[in-house]
Amino acid sequence: MWGSQSWLQPAFQLAYLMTMYNFMPSGDDYIRFLPEIIMSVMGTFFMVLEGILGDKKEGKGLIFGHLTLATLLAALLACMYANGFPGNAFTGMLIIDGYGTFFRVLVIGVGMLAVLSSYQYLKREHAEAGEYHALILFSIVGQCVMVTANELIMVFIGLEVSSIATYVLAGYLRDDKRNNEAALKYFLLGSFATAFLLYGIAWIYGASGSTRLDTIQAFLANRDVAHNMALIGTAAALMFVGFAFKVSAAPFQIWAPDVYQGAPAPVTAFMSAGPKAAAFAVFVRVFMTAFGPIVDRWEPFVWSSALLTMVIGNFAALMQSNIKRLLAYSSIAHAGYVMVAIAAHNQIGVSAVMFYLAAYALMNIGAFAVVAHFSRQGEKYVNVEDLAGLGWKQPVTAALFAIFLLSFIGVPLTGGFFGKFYIFKAALDANLIWLSVLGLLNSAVAAYYYLRILVVMYMQEPGESMASLQPLSTGISVTLWASALGTLILGIYPAAILTFARSSSAFLK
Amino acid sequence: MDAILFIAFASFAIASAISLVVQTHPISSALSLIGVMVSLAVLYFLLGAEFIAAAQLVVYAGAIMVLFIFVIMLLNADSEGPTGRSWRVNLLGIPLLAAFVGIIAFVIQAFLPKTEGVSLAGRDGFVGTASLVGAKLFTVYLLPFEVTSVLILIAILGAIVLARKEID
Amino acid sequence: MTFNSVPLSWYLMLSAILFVLGIAGFLYRRNVITVFMSIELMLNAVNLSFVTFSYQLKQVDGHIFSFFVMVVAAAEAAVGLAIILTVFKNRQSLRIDDVSSMKY
Repeated sequence: MWGSQSWLQPAFQLAYLMTMYNFMPSGDDYIRFLPEIIMSVMGTFFMVLEGILGDKKEGKGLIFGHLTLATLLAALLACMYANGFPGNAFTGMLIIDGYGTFFRVLVIGVGMLAVLSSYQYLKREHAEAGEYHALILFSIVGQCVMVTANELIMVFIGLEVSSIATYVLAGYLRDDKRNNEAALKYFLLGSFATAFLLYGIAWIYGASGSTRLDTIQAFLANRDVAHNMALIGTAAALMFVGFAFKVSAAPFQIWAPDVYQGAPAPVTAFMSAGPKAAAFAVFVRVFMTAFGPIVDRWEPFVWSSALLTMVIGNFAALMQSNIKRLLAYSSIAHAGYVMVAIAAHNQIGVSAVMFYLAAYALMNIGAFAVVAHFSRQGEKYVNVEDLAGLGWKQPVTAALFAIFLLSFIGVPLTGGFFGKFYIFKAALDANLIWLSVLGLLNSAVAAYYYLRILVVMYMQEPGESMASLQPLSTGISVTLWASALGTLILGIYPAAILTFARSSSAFLK
Repeated sequence: MDAILFIAFASFAIASAISLVVQTHPISSALSLIGVMVSLAVLYFLLGAEFIAAAQLVVYAGAIMVLFIFVIMLLNADSEGPTGRSWRVNLLGIPLLAAFVGIIAFVIQAFLPKTEGVSLAGRDGFVGTASLVGAKLFTVYLLPFEVTSVLILIAILGAIVLARKEID
Repeated sequence: MTFNSVPLSWYLMLSAILFVLGIAGFLYRRNVITVFMSIELMLNAVNLSFVTFSYQLKQVDGHIFSFFVMVVAAAEAAVGLAIILTVFKNRQSLRIDDVSSMKY
């Protein structure tokens, strides 16, 4: 077409192409992308500032920590502001809607709590540096892009930005063997999963001629595509493998325990909440919109994966003595509950996913912040037995930890209760009776290992691990109080978030 | 002509890929991977992807593989020893992988909408030249392109964090 | 069969074979760097699919996607090899079986 028309001089040719695509980002486009812009600019600024501050030791952690918090706060406000400009941005690459805004706010909030809980940790490990905070910011940029993406290539790039930053964070203390191992395993298995996701994207692009979610949806809904359903099914299956890896759903959960155990505790808090919530958000969006018309085909797979994830997570957690590993398996089990809501594939299910991920993020960050506080330098004390007597030595820490554990179990008045309630309600509405029954049985099993921690904390005599325990630092204590308060608010007044979740899950239609 | 080129370079790609998997020394594997990449570049050219063919050679076979070989040489990587797993366990996976190829091949043959064959002459002037790719990249795909710049920053940061002298 | 054209499906089949060989390398090899190279092979296979579909659809979009994959692969290579370097510094080994200190 172009190459054969010799009269088109390069300059004309380019001008012609430009008019053909006729695109210039509007002011509204920039407003919709404002949170990411703020965070990227500040992340880049941190790299420069790190160079300027150089070897200045005192207060470096404080400067970068406070600056990161301020940046995230600004990004949070920008999200709220951008929510007033719903619609597509940058030629349909992004879509700003209530659903995207909800998850944007969630991942930014997770970032703030993670930064708060890492002040003391970084100081203790003598690893205060601007790169840590820049990587957190960039990772959140990737997650924000993911949750607002309306296009599979955008999903892929957002996912990679988020993942690659998290790979580095997992190995942040590079002289620690466990950190290296976590980073290596996370990196290899994460890239492996990405290849599957990409192969799925290639296939759906070949089958439908587009990578835009709404175009794919229209293609699957309107045209008579029964004759190449196998093609689309292969694409969906490959993408399912990729997403299941990222959300640590069975049978692709193997990486999670090692990575969560090996990474620095505040990083584990961050990556078990933020990237996971973002991966779930994009998983739901892709499968509910683009693959929405063929829901009958993928529902059984999600169903079995949900069941397997819950069973593996809960039963493996029973046998753990390392608390980070225990929480890792518990996090797998919780991914299983979320998969139940996805298997329900109705609008209540989507709002249940949103509610549950918010509640889960709060309690999980809180629990890992306790671990970050308790573990001491070099993460020496990370076994369940080391918590013995915490209830007497530091009643406040223990009480807040207890709130998170009770919320994990799903005791009423905590966010975890309503999260599970809405999930199983959605599953029952979708006639997934067996899955709900098995899910409830699973949460009963789970109660055992969470209660065991409580028993150790309150019923056992303090051991030598209590001797060198420092009082709570300000950062950790703000994290703990904020997450505990959030967990309780979600448990007592769930409508606060649920109404918003309900109204913004309308993208299904 | 096209068929001959395809068959020649496709079989070279497969042979190199097999060699990547079975060679025990990392350097041999890396050189095999370069073989795959170069033959894919030829196939991209046959498919009318001029720009991608060039980028494949410059970025992939050039820059990325040089990095790999540099690291292999730096770490003085040896041949792998025995895997410690019995060959029976290893053989178990082969039928699964063969089944995967089989399923995909079946899906491709049975369900892909029939199209005309690929040939250099019969592609209706469809050529992915640099100007065509660039024009779309900087308009429709402007945002993903800009976001990849964040990715490059992360790569720089990652190298700084993981390779700096010591933490303190 | 004429020698002047190749069925499009042959390209896709080649892509599938390369992808599976990449999986095989990932699963069977014990050297960390070779495992990583197998992932690169999988990404190359995906790129071939993108370009082939692009030809079929007569769109340039697939080329742009494979361009993005290359950029991402470059970033991944930089970070991945840096991680491998730190692992090697701490353990003096590149065998994947040696990298397992976590308790089960």
